Amino acid sequence: MKSSIEIVMLLAGLLFVLGIAGVIIRKNIIFMLLSVEVMLNASGLAFVAAGSRWAQPDGQVMFIFILAMAAAEVSIGLALILQIYHQHKSLDIDKLKEMKG
Amino acid sequence: MNNLLWLIPVLPFAGFLILALAGKHLSRVWVALIGAGSVSLSAIIVPIIGIGFLSHPPATGNYSQTLWTWMQVGDFNPKITLFLDALSLVFVFVITFIGALIHIYSAGFMASDKDYSRFFACMNLFVFSMLLLVLADNLLLLYLGWEGVGLCSYLLIGFWYENPVNGYAARKAFIITRIGDTAMAIGLFVIFYQFGTLAIPDILTKAPVLWHQGASIATITALLLLAGGVGKSAQLPLQTWLPDAMAGPSPVSALIHAATMVTAGVYLISRMHIIFQLSPIAQMIVAVIGAATLFIAGFSALTQYDIKRVLAYSTISQIGYMFLALGVGAWAAAIFHFMIHAFFKALLFLAAGAVIEALHHEHNIFKMGGLKNKLPVIFWTFLIGSASLAALPLISAGFYSKDQILWYAWAAEGGNPLLWFIGLLGAFITAVYTTRMMILVFWGEAKTEIGHRPGKLMTVPLIVLAFFSLFAGFIELPHNFGHFRLFSDLLQQVLPETILKAGMNTELQFQILALLSTLGGIYLAYVFYYKQPQRIEKLKQSRFVMNLYLFWFSGWGFDKLYNTLIVKPIVFMANVNKNDVVDKLYQGVTFITIRLYQSLSFTQSGSLRWYIMGLVIGAIIILSMQIML
Repeated sequence: MKSSIEIVMLLAGLLFVLGIAGVIIRKNIIFMLLSVEVMLNASGLAFVAAGSRWAQPDGQVMFIFILAMAAAEVSIGLALILQIYHQHKSLDIDKLKEMKG
Repeated sequence: MNNLLWLIPVLPFAGFLILALAGKHLSRVWVALIGAGSVSLSAIIVPIIGIGFLSHPPATGNYSQTLWTWMQVGDFNPKITLFLDALSLVFVFVITFIGALIHIYSAGFMASDKDYSRFFACMNLFVFSMLLLVLADNLLLLYLGWEGVGLCSYLLIGFWYENPVNGYAARKAFIITRIGDTAMAIGLFVIFYQFGTLAIPDILTKAPVLWHQGASIATITALLLLAGGVGKSAQLPLQTWLPDAMAGPSPVSALIHAATMVTAGVYLISRMHIIFQLSPIAQMIVAVIGAATLFIAGFSALTQYDIKRVLAYSTISQIGYMFLALGVGAWAAAIFHFMIHAFFKALLFLAAGAVIEALHHEHNIFKMGGLKNKLPVIFWTFLIGSASLAALPLISAGFYSKDQILWYAWAAEGGNPLLWFIGLLGAFITAVYTTRMMILVFWGEAKTEIGHRPGKLMTVPLIVLAFFSLFAGFIELPHNFGHFRLFSDLLQQVLPETILKAGMNTELQFQILALLSTLGGIYLAYVFYYKQPQRIEKLKQSRFVMNLYLFWFSGWGFDKLYNTLIVKPIVFMANVNKNDVVDKLYQGVTFITIRLYQSLSFTQSGSLRWYIMGLVIGAIIILSMQIML
């Protein structure tokens, strides 16, 4: 049991780093949003694993929260992306720098 | 008769209200009738009350009438109470009587002025304030009148406001008297703190009980009150406003700067005489200020060429005599001189105003001359006024009042030979400059053609005042000469009797010396200005004399001194501070903020990648710190 949580945590960390790397490297906003989802799921996985390790329900409760939040985030995020595409005809994050300065 | 008391101040106030609110819609005749009528009615009521007061003296020694409670704050409840005793009776009589004559004169003098109603409104308000000042039963009400008088003097000095010089003179008078007023206000605070009341009778009964003779608190209070009196009465060192105050119309000079307002300081000191008696040092200072002022102002009057400035300096000098008398403890003599001075100085100012108007607004006495036969009424009245000012022996009222002061300056308890000598020298100088003015204005050849002659409205008040300037002195005769003491017996109810030093019984010698100094002064001026005018020219060739002349002419350089000591540093500081020195600190704060913002704004690149990098790096740093520590 002890070794399995370490493996799961390692997997969650790996997924999280993958997500961050995706957010940093990707140019397309949709892929960045996807990467953020990966990060959220990584943290969810960590919560579930920790919950099962200490036999507490809190971990799963937190995962439900994260799931709900992720759903809301995706819907708002997609709506924003749609608007951005309407206005700028592009989803390239390097071209969208209007907030400079 | 007691119940008529409230009418005395209310009538002029009603006149002021009517003229101030509806003056523009009234015809000139009505304005004059209301303006002069209100004060004249007061002047008629005063003798009615006065006769009642004298024939049936009230048991308490005073009439007092409470109109209403002004305000109530805990134990502090000053009332609007009018208080009439022998001292205020004299003042009320002089204010209303001379005020009424001056108002009647003004109706003629100001006849062609476009601001007729404004003039009378201000004059009425002035008379009201002055009456409030002398009738007040508590110091707070007195202070209200005191400030009202200051306000009116500002309004009336700057009456012809189109000329900026007049506005400057008005502001100067207002600001300089304000210095004294502030000191007086502090004095009132001290009195309230000590006695818990501002009612004058209470203070005067409590003071000798709570304070012992020579207590330092008594000295401080007396000096603060004195500072107030010095400001209003134009004594050293706050005398500089009065000569400039001559910018106002001549009746204003007569009413405010000669007969009534400037004597407010004399009234205050004699009203609070018990506090001054508790402090011999303060009383000595009063005497010294009086003596120094009469000396300095006398020499300045000698050099002026503007007829009104000569009179202004002589006013300062004569009030110096009153302060001298108050200081040596000759209370009644000071009030007597106040009354006589009010008669002859009002007369001189009004007559000077008539001369100035007849000569097309010419103020320079060297451009006058030869008016003796052309304006006979003015000449005779002016001559009587001058005789009284110069204290011409036996026939003029001024002799009786001034001689008394000179005698007490040596013989009274607080007197000493030096004060007497300065007073005598002052009397000599007074005779010189008065005669100089008379000769230059009325004798010699005519240098300016006269315009229109003064009408009846202007000459009748002059004649009445001349009558009093001659004969008012006979109500108080010296001890060795009739020994008639109507005036001082009246004032004895309020003011303590003058205590003489032991072994002083030779008043006659002093009278002869005073007589000689007056006659000597007249003779000297006669020689220099009439018989041998070339002597003056010869004197003027000497550099020393010329410098001395200029020094005296500038009023002993006091204006210059205050300019360098006070005005210039303040103007300099104002100039330095024009761009707000204190604000520089806060400007520094904004400057640093702007700089920081500029140097950090590059982080707001707008690139989402950078923000995420920042987040990640920050998270890594925090996590690694957590692990390492």
